[in-house]
Amino acid sequence: MFHVGDRVRILNRSPIGHYRVPTYLRCKTGVVEAVIEPAGIDNEEEGFGRNAGAKLHYYRIAIPMTEIWPDYVGSPRDGLRIEVFESWLERI
Amino acid sequence: MNQPDQSHDHDHGHDHAHAEIGQSGRPGYYEIMETAVRELLVERKLIGPDEIRRQIEVLDSRTPALGAKVVARAWVDASFRARLLADGRSACEELGISFYDDTGLIVLENTEKVHNLIVCTLCSCYPRPVLGLPPDWYKLKPYRARAVSEPRAVLAEFGTIIPDDVEVRVSDSTAMVRYLVMPMRPKGTEHYSEDQLATLVTRDTMIGVVPARVEIGRPAQ
Repeated sequence: MFHVGDRVRILNRSPIGHYRVPTYLRCKTGVVEAVIEPAGIDNEEEGFGRNAGAKLHYYRIAIPMTEIWPDYVGSPRDGLRIEVFESWLERI
Repeated sequence: MNQPDQSHDHDHGHDHAHAEIGQSGRPGYYEIMETAVRELLVERKLIGPDEIRRQIEVLDSRTPALGAKVVARAWVDASFRARLLADGRSACEELGISFYDDTGLIVLENTEKVHNLIVCTLCSCYPRPVLGLPPDWYKLKPYRARAVSEPRAVLAEFGTIIPDDVEVRVSDSTAMVRYLVMPMRPKGTEHYSEDQLATLVTRDTMIGVVPARVEIGRPAQ
């Protein structure tokens, strides 16, 4: 479980199956802006019938554009928001 | 008529052939798979044959007029606005807009300091219950890739120049949550009725590619 304000890194995994983490965000770091309720199933496992209904949270993660794109053109305050499933995050 | 590639704006004597409207060629792999899965589900009585047709009717009934109604209400009713920003889905349900899936809705408020833009880089996630089907450009790769990598350039192509002291905030909707941008209420609309305000709230203002403006609104009914 993560909390608002936690600093997190999006993991660099490439599993086979259905999951919702775009490649361009692997290894990027951000801050938890909100916990998304209710908890959701893990698509990655559910697709193989392994999840047995277990649920974890998605988190709305705030990531500066300059963290994602080193040569970003725009204000340094510009940012991205994305919901990431708990199994794709590590605390830093 | 020596320009066969020209679009169809000539006088219509119709001395040329049109392609027949019909299915030609064999169905593709995914089309066959969809038909097979659908027939199995019906055969096993997990869904009725009428349910898919009915769901398509529901999807087709949704248009940006619903989102416009939500935004206009939020502009005139501060307590509704607070509920909408706290829980987009339940506030829309207050106005009789049902959600037929398990998605949540986060409403993103544009301010003098923050300009929001929505995209789905993975496919075409879109707040369909309140906006209907997305425009084609929203689903195509140029918008999906560029909205997250050079949002200011994309916005400029829509004629929207965001000052450097305003934060551009891009929400990439990919899983459980859909996003709806609440544009800023244009100046000079203090005397507008709620219905008149709703005419200023177009689809693109709720995607976040343009601001709501008096001069580009749809004509009042």
